[in-house]
Amino acid sequence: MGRVPWSGLGVLLACLAGWELLVRQSTAMAAYFPPASQVLLTTAQLVGGGELLTHIAASLRRFAAGYTLAALVSVGAGLCLGIWRPLYALFEPLIELLRPMPSPATIPIAILFLGIGDEMKVAVTVYACSWPILLNTIDGVRSVDRVLVDTAATFRLSPWERFWKVMLPAASPQIVTGLRVSLAIALILVTTTEMVISNDGLGFYILDRQRSFQIPEMYAAIVALAVIGYGLNRLFLALDGWAMAWHKGLTRKEEIL
Amino acid sequence: MLEVRGLKKEFQPLSGPPVGALGNISFRVEAGQFVSIVGPSGCGKSTLLQVIAGLLRPTAGQVLLHGRDVVGPPEGLILLFQEYNKSLMAWRSVLKNVRFGLENRPGMTRAQMDAEARRYIELVGLTGFERHYPWELSGGMQQRVAIARALVRRPEVLLMDEPFGSLDALTRIELEDTLLHLWESVHATILFVTHDIEEAVYLSDRVDVLSRRPSQVIEETEVKLERPRIQLTTREDPRFIQARHHIFELISREMGKA
Repeated sequence: MGRVPWSGLGVLLACLAGWELLVRQSTAMAAYFPPASQVLLTTAQLVGGGELLTHIAASLRRFAAGYTLAALVSVGAGLCLGIWRPLYALFEPLIELLRPMPSPATIPIAILFLGIGDEMKVAVTVYACSWPILLNTIDGVRSVDRVLVDTAATFRLSPWERFWKVMLPAASPQIVTGLRVSLAIALILVTTTEMVISNDGLGFYILDRQRSFQIPEMYAAIVALAVIGYGLNRLFLALDGWAMAWHKGLTRKEEIL
Repeated sequence: MLEVRGLKKEFQPLSGPPVGALGNISFRVEAGQFVSIVGPSGCGKSTLLQVIAGLLRPTAGQVLLHGRDVVGPPEGLILLFQEYNKSLMAWRSVLKNVRFGLENRPGMTRAQMDAEARRYIELVGLTGFERHYPWELSGGMQQRVAIARALVRRPEVLLMDEPFGSLDALTRIELEDTLLHLWESVHATILFVTHDIEEAVYLSDRVDVLSRRPSQVIEETEVKLERPRIQLTTREDPRFIQARHHIFELISREMGKA
């Protein structure tokens, strides 16, 4: 990760330059597609002036609550469902029915039961984030090698020790995969719920500026959202690289062999 | 000390009648003995060890350890697998893998466990590799870690399921001698499954030959070779060659019955 991807950065800069030049050709276009420089400048001003910060904070708060809750609940449930097959058989039809349903469809239900506040937004985020984590955890637990399970048995591990010392670490690479997929989903659902009904947050801000025709501000918030998504992903990868170093080494070894 | 009485194990395939893996197996292993089990491939050697280890329930018969019926994984007995790369914990260092063998022992501090683990790491000749991960080691070294992890618990009985089956010939010879040395120093009872007749004769006090599936013990061959065994001279001893010859004949006769 230490290497700077110069050529990739070059393409990015070229796109920004293309955007700038293209838009500068026509003032009509610039009204709803302001040049890159103006958008970036507006972003800096809005962040620096503090106006955007409250919205960023609101969105991040919902994101953190929803994502953390989803991770705790789904990893726990996934471990149980993965270990105990009768339980999975019981819930499988329900999971298979609910999983493919686009999660924004739950927003009206959540509004009915939880109102229009943070509870609703967090609940919808938890719901949407849960699926990748849940399914990856179940699959991770199930694909723990038979030899490892038998080893735990011959060493007379208690069910709790087997869970904590064998199943969880052995399934962790796949759990992490689920967590990474859900990271993006959490941000999507926070933004979506804020767009549906809210009075703060980046989702609200983007739609609100569009409706009041403050186009550079709208773009600025979108840029902020992109940067946040990127930053969260990088943070996740850094944590992953540290906690899962053993798995990276193992898979690299397997690739060589 | 370890006794197997009339052991029978059938598996129910998805369709058709049950398949008999173990027909009617009976034998005894005395404390401190090194007994090997050989037989034609597919004769249920691994199944036998899993039943003895309490991981599989037999269809009929019983396993007795110190006269007590084995119904689940018993205390004082460890099963060691051929697939060291799967049985070791890839997320734990060598030291922590070996320490795993002690972690559910009540009344031991972390420091005591580590000290014991280091002692056994030294016994299997891996001092200096404590902080390595299993996947950073060669196959032979990984199996040494697995052996240390099993022995650190000081089991009375060690069941070994073709432990050296996937190692190259030279590593195998090395590990055979390490195992004999450890066996003599820790006074364990070893039941060793292998498909290698020479290995069985070289290591054991007795070699039990199994028939084809559903298997029975066809013969118990005592190996009357003095210890310590030495790779070159022991294998050239006429009694070694005679035992190997005899067991080979028994097994090829079994395989010819197909």
